[in-house]
Amino acid sequence: MPRLALEGLRIADLTQVFAGPYATKLLADMGAEVIKIESCVRCDRPHGPVAPGTGMFPDDKPGDEPYNRGAYYNELNRSKYAITLDLTHATGKEVFNKLVKVSDAVVENYSARVMKNFGLDYGTLRAIKPDLVMVSMPGYGMSGPYRDYVTYGTGTEAMALCSDLTGYADGAPLKPGIAYGDPTGGMFAAFALLAAIRYRNKTGRGQYVDLSLRESLIQMFGDAVMDYTMNGRVQRREGNRHPSMAPHGCYRCKGEDNWVAIAVSDDQEWQAFCRAMDKPGLAQDNRFTGASSRWRHGDDLDQLVDEWTRRHDNDEVMHILQEAGVPAAAVLNIRQILANPHFVSRGYFENVFHSATGTYPYPGVAWKLSKTAGSIHRPPPLFAEHNDFVLGEILGLSREERDALRREGVIGDEPL
Amino acid sequence: MHDQALTGMLVLDLSQGISGAFCTKLLADFGAEVIKVEPLSGEPTRRLGPCLEDHPGPERSGTFLFLNTNKKSLTLDIACQTGASIFKKLVKQADIVVESSSPGVMTSLGLGYEDLEAIKPDIIVTSISYFGQTGPYRDYKGSDMIALALGGLMHVTGLPEREPLKTGGSQAEMQAGLNAAVATLTALYCRDVSGIGQHVDIAVVECITSIMEATTMMHNYTGQIRTRNGARHHVAYPSTILPCKDGYVHVHGAVHEWERLAAFVDEPRLLDEELQKAPRVHADEIDALILPWLMQHNKQEIFAMAQLWRLPFAIVCRVDELLDDPQFSSRDFFAEIHHPVTGPIFYPGAPFKMSETPWQAGRAPLLGEHTTETLGGRLGYAEDDLVRLGELGVV
Repeated sequence: MPRLALEGLRIADLTQVFAGPYATKLLADMGAEVIKIESCVRCDRPHGPVAPGTGMFPDDKPGDEPYNRGAYYNELNRSKYAITLDLTHATGKEVFNKLVKVSDAVVENYSARVMKNFGLDYGTLRAIKPDLVMVSMPGYGMSGPYRDYVTYGTGTEAMALCSDLTGYADGAPLKPGIAYGDPTGGMFAAFALLAAIRYRNKTGRGQYVDLSLRESLIQMFGDAVMDYTMNGRVQRREGNRHPSMAPHGCYRCKGEDNWVAIAVSDDQEWQAFCRAMDKPGLAQDNRFTGASSRWRHGDDLDQLVDEWTRRHDNDEVMHILQEAGVPAAAVLNIRQILANPHFVSRGYFENVFHSATGTYPYPGVAWKLSKTAGSIHRPPPLFAEHNDFVLGEILGLSREERDALRREGVIGDEPL
Repeated sequence: MHDQALTGMLVLDLSQGISGAFCTKLLADFGAEVIKVEPLSGEPTRRLGPCLEDHPGPERSGTFLFLNTNKKSLTLDIACQTGASIFKKLVKQADIVVESSSPGVMTSLGLGYEDLEAIKPDIIVTSISYFGQTGPYRDYKGSDMIALALGGLMHVTGLPEREPLKTGGSQAEMQAGLNAAVATLTALYCRDVSGIGQHVDIAVVECITSIMEATTMMHNYTGQIRTRNGARHHVAYPSTILPCKDGYVHVHGAVHEWERLAAFVDEPRLLDEELQKAPRVHADEIDALILPWLMQHNKQEIFAMAQLWRLPFAIVCRVDELLDDPQFSSRDFFAEIHHPVTGPIFYPGAPFKMSETPWQAGRAPLLGEHTTETLGGRLGYAEDDLVRLGELGVV
């Protein structure tokens, strides 16, 4: 039995920043051999220093090797191998082509024109490896008037309804607290890659995947699109309100920045909620009988709930309500999540030792496969860490050949 | 019809609600045969809003229609013994089962992973639940917002001085469906290569914690607890949403783009070294310098001009601006899908374009539309068997 689900799948990874590295992280944790190819001139790593207080480096100190210490890089690139290669150099392209020849897939998330400029577009690579699967994931796609437009995940949120539908009912559009378009696009890219590999395994035919971050992200708001195309309705921001549930909101608890989320879906839960608050009389109140009546009196309801939650800690409210059968959850911050007994019990965070930063808990794998559980099976790679392994053992270049590549500046051991 | 990437795969979808339906939509849209096994009254998503003309009905939910494209519908009461045994016959032919019942329910019906593995050793069973199949909160009740709260996204979404905010729509459910789809294909790869099936446990809360963008590492490194920043990115600045003459735009200027940004909005005071050194700290001042220029221009011209300057600005689009969007039109993104109750309606189209095995549009099934085909054609039940099963309330 394989130890990991994707053992034997080799991916040449040209992705940078967030969306692409997220896609290949998912596959790497599951056992794919992901070889990240970086440029010494423009590598996907921090050069430091950055503004203090951003948490980008251990103790905010870039150190002598900031490129090995970045928070984003290390979280997103664990379980991968890293090599350097100058793709603008003819010899660099040759080495890349050698790698493509022995890989199953290439993933890249440059702007649409970059791979073509390198002379490494799908048509060219397919001549080297006829059954190659290649996934490109620019913001707007590989065709159309916005093809060459620049964007990050945050920009695609604005373009794909995410910003327009996130916010308080009386306020401006906001963003989720993360660059939501990036991991979302990354997951679609991983799905596309695995689907294309399945087809190749069956038929021997490779293919090209053109993934627009915007077009993948808007799937997540399909119901709002349907409301418009079916009914002509332009949905607006609704804060924490739900279209039918009430109470449905985030309520203040005792202590600083301490909140609980409560979602009551039916009368049975509402009555249980009233008993749990020790206010059985409320269950008889006509304003709150039936979901639609509760919904209409949402403001009054929120005030009553708030008066009760304020007197308790959020963890206490969650347990009281869950014991009573009412959906509730403490609004956890990252420190609380790291210590939370449920996350601990499931072993979600994994402690990883990394030679340039030390041992820390990393967010683990979101899917538990019963027989081939994924894991962070190698620490984030140091810069150029696997030049010798990949070029030597996988591609069969001799020490002399590798030294010549170093002298020519095709590969390097430090960012320039 | 040409083969698609997942053609030849049979998926039995027992899931109820958004997450499981989104998982199997992705499989179905790329060629898998997905049979949705619905209770006789219909899967509950059929009653979720928004509904056609705001009148509920089993074939009128926009959420259902979107999430169930290209699937088949079989009505079957798997809680009764006859129904469960019919389901097991289907499992023998299936590659994948997707379910989203509360942990323990499938086992109590005699349809847990071990039961199904016994009849089909290489079956893949993907289970989606809010908190996962193990752990002290396993039996807690969840919802979309509950998962956003416990998973960490809610704490960092919203304004610093106000209550934490959920993300628009049902994002925790959708993320779980997306994760489940990728995890299912991962297990399928493993089965195709080595012949083993397995049980895939997806916890919605962990799907959320997994996308928290370096929040854990930043806490590891400096003990910092991230909190809410409104529309502002928590590290890079400017990266925010600001008003303009006729709406809102996303404004972005990375370190190497500062000079261009200053020239673009015609504001040399942005070049002040203090601002550049710690832009996140000076976010209010930066906003104030950019705003006057934005308020003199409308969003379309800001977007087009910024892109000429290679600045990654974007428009905060509303849904009524998308159908005519030149990029979407050029790529034929929206797909018109016919349905006997709604007539032709535009749906979001392919999430990505595959050169050899493209996404295909197909409508959601009517309730029980494929019951006869599945039980008669696939399992070989005679017509009077089906009548009898109908009378018994099994199908």
